[in-house]
Amino acid sequence: MSHVIEMLNIRKEFPGIVANDDITLQVEKGEIHAILGENGAGKSTLMSILFGLYHPDRGIIKVKGKEVKITNPNDANDLGIGMVHQHFQLVQNFTVTENIILGKESHFILDRKSAAKKIKALSEQYGLKIDPNSVIEDITVGMQQRVEILKMLYRDAEILIFDEPTAVLTPQEIEELMQIMRNLVKEGKSIILITHKLDEIKAVASRCTIIRRGKMIGIVDVATTSQAEMASMMVGRPVSFKVEKGEVEVGSPVLEISHLNVLNVKKYFAVKDFSLTVSRGEIVGIAGVDGNGQSELVEAITGLRPIESGTLTFNGKDMTHYSIRERNEAGIGHIPEDRQKRGLVMESSISDNMVIKEYYREPFSKNGVLRQQVIDKHAEEICEAFDVRSGEGIFSHAGKLSGGNQQKAIVGREMVLEPDLIIAVQPTRGLDVGAIEYIHKRLVEHRNKGKAVLLVSFELDEIFNLSDRIAVMNSGELIDVVYTQQTNEDQVGLMMAGVKSKEASV
Amino acid sequence: MSTKVKSNAFLVAISAVILGLIAGGLLMMAIGSNPFEGFYYLFRGGLMSMERVGNTIATAITLMLVGLSVAFAFKTGLFNIGASGQMLIGGLAATLVAHYVFLPRVIYIPVIILAAFAAGALWGVIPGFLKAKFNVHEVVATIMMNWIAYWSIYYFIPAYLKGPSLETESRSIAIEQSLRSDWLTDFFGGGYINLGIFVAVVAVIVVKYVLDKTTLGFELKAVGSNRFCAEYAGIKVNRNVIISMMIAGGLAGLAGMTFYTGYSRNIQIGVLPSMGFDGIAVALLGASNPIGVFFSALFFGLLQSGKGFMNAMTDVPPEIADTIIATIIYFTATSVLFSRFWDKVGKRKKERNDARTAKAEAQESDHE
Repeated sequence: MSHVIEMLNIRKEFPGIVANDDITLQVEKGEIHAILGENGAGKSTLMSILFGLYHPDRGIIKVKGKEVKITNPNDANDLGIGMVHQHFQLVQNFTVTENIILGKESHFILDRKSAAKKIKALSEQYGLKIDPNSVIEDITVGMQQRVEILKMLYRDAEILIFDEPTAVLTPQEIEELMQIMRNLVKEGKSIILITHKLDEIKAVASRCTIIRRGKMIGIVDVATTSQAEMASMMVGRPVSFKVEKGEVEVGSPVLEISHLNVLNVKKYFAVKDFSLTVSRGEIVGIAGVDGNGQSELVEAITGLRPIESGTLTFNGKDMTHYSIRERNEAGIGHIPEDRQKRGLVMESSISDNMVIKEYYREPFSKNGVLRQQVIDKHAEEICEAFDVRSGEGIFSHAGKLSGGNQQKAIVGREMVLEPDLIIAVQPTRGLDVGAIEYIHKRLVEHRNKGKAVLLVSFELDEIFNLSDRIAVMNSGELIDVVYTQQTNEDQVGLMMAGVKSKEASV
Repeated sequence: MSTKVKSNAFLVAISAVILGLIAGGLLMMAIGSNPFEGFYYLFRGGLMSMERVGNTIATAITLMLVGLSVAFAFKTGLFNIGASGQMLIGGLAATLVAHYVFLPRVIYIPVIILAAFAAGALWGVIPGFLKAKFNVHEVVATIMMNWIAYWSIYYFIPAYLKGPSLETESRSIAIEQSLRSDWLTDFFGGGYINLGIFVAVVAVIVVKYVLDKTTLGFELKAVGSNRFCAEYAGIKVNRNVIISMMIAGGLAGLAGMTFYTGYSRNIQIGVLPSMGFDGIAVALLGASNPIGVFFSALFFGLLQSGKGFMNAMTDVPPEIADTIIATIIYFTATSVLFSRFWDKVGKRKKERNDARTAKAEAQESDHE
């Protein structure tokens, strides 16, 4: 069978790191070829090379058997290669048609009508169900993604690259996207799917190239390879999807939330009369659809947001009026929801980031003077213990790390303080299975040491995997708290929609 | 990483300076002057005698302190555009001390420094407080403070410090009460050189130390780079905004002292010192790094003090020097282009080296 794309023996080095080491990728016409790898394995670099954003240090690229030089994205477009980026590149107040013909206007006077006609035809051909005349800001994220797909089809792309396309979609939209991808290959297009989600690969891809730490590990036939096999190839060791969790005796209460009311930015009550207790030796998961007051609840507990009424008790002491620092010192660790906004100072070194809560204390400083050697050593220990990988070690800027490594760095920083309570908000968002497994293991270890974990997650799998008890939140209210072993996903799902557990269990 | 960024900032600054000078040369040609002659007299004007070197340094001192002030605030993510007002008030405090406080020199110098710093700090802390408490943008607040300082001086000088003949400036400070010093003046053979040089150098070192080595600097930089993360880590963001503006104001106050009780010995009314704005350029060219500020202030000081001589000796107007400064700022502001350029040069060089080593290796293996 003929290869539409061949990338042979590609090598790309960045200062201190070999992002691609002798990687070969061959995509056949009419297939969905997945590229699987952990965050930072080199998938994005490889695709950026194919798209002309980086130039390989070594290796050649062939399109339809002919060797080509791709120096910029325009070259790639001319060769029929199109990319759906993770972040859409659309003008919000333009219509679908206008966005698609943007940069492709053939005459000075726009011929919107015939363009719209062509778009409509394409949309029908591939089952995209797009109205060419709707304005981007009025349509859903899933629809916007389809506009991106249409943009490539309009430019006669033969090879479509999807970069983590499902990260922003709801489960239903994901299902529809899968169908669209199948339609595309049926019509003769070829697709490269970059992802770290195994079930998606299983669902649509025919073959899969697996990359680990910049090296090609192998090409597998998806139909005959199990998810566990692919996962272990990706991570380099067997991966368990279930978290091993023994019984631990539940101890005294660490955090007691009592009748808490919190306002959100718009001055509405985001948390209403919320009471919950988290004790030593347990993981309490807060389940709920995004935007039901979870963020405000966490901000209230950590001191980032003022509360209207209610009390917070920590280890038996009233901490309602503690400052943020007093809460940190009392023993609250916080893995924040947005690691880029809250978790790290991107343009500072890993070293400085690792002491951002402790820099003012001995041994990291004395009489207001920093002791850089002690700080660096501390950071080295965290990176070692929590497997944080970066190009230039502790001196790398936090922003240069991959998402997974950033998250591991934050988890490490919070864990080494051995806080009595860790509040973990979406701790594994956007991470690959290897990193997820790792972080889950650490959270369970924390609980096994007789400390407490408050987990907030929008992924039911994660909640069920980790939690001893599940507290369900809906529009700011606590619907109910249930023991994980005595409930199931359907029941919790109903409660997330606001149905009380007694009714739900009927 | 940090070393790479630094060298890059240095290359960017040098590129901006060279391109600025070239642009200035082209301008001189455009008005029919000889650019080589123009530059010759420009630099000669700043450097040809010890006295002129002293004057160049004296100009640079003030620019250095203002540059530090702007750079310091900038590290905390604040734009201090009010250095002019802080200079005026710091200068006024120093002038008052010079007129009314008589002490032995060893005590007198610290007193006048403290007074100028405190007055400038007061002028800086008000916008800092407004920003922290009411989220008033510091650019607006500091500009307003500039005008408050301007009109306060306008009233205060004629009312309380009137000179013998002129209504528009304060009476001169006695030489012994100024920052001038006999041995410095003798060494440079006269001119405006004064003890401010030590104030500025010490300030550069102290600011560098505070930013790099202390917990205060750690906090200020964290707030400047990511206030949300700083807040999360328990750092008091508002307190740091106030402290940063206070220190920035204090540094500009010191600049006012070196200018009004060192370089000159009186305060004119109706003049907002333009050096307060030039300091923004100094900080920008110096990449907000104290050492960078040190060198960029010397460079701008040279242009400032040489332009008069250039004008006298050639038909190039002094505005050309200002144009060069402006062009340099322009090129510094578009520094992204330069860093991209130098990155590319670095990469090409590396590739060439790689190719060479690869070739050498290949040859070696051939011989085997």
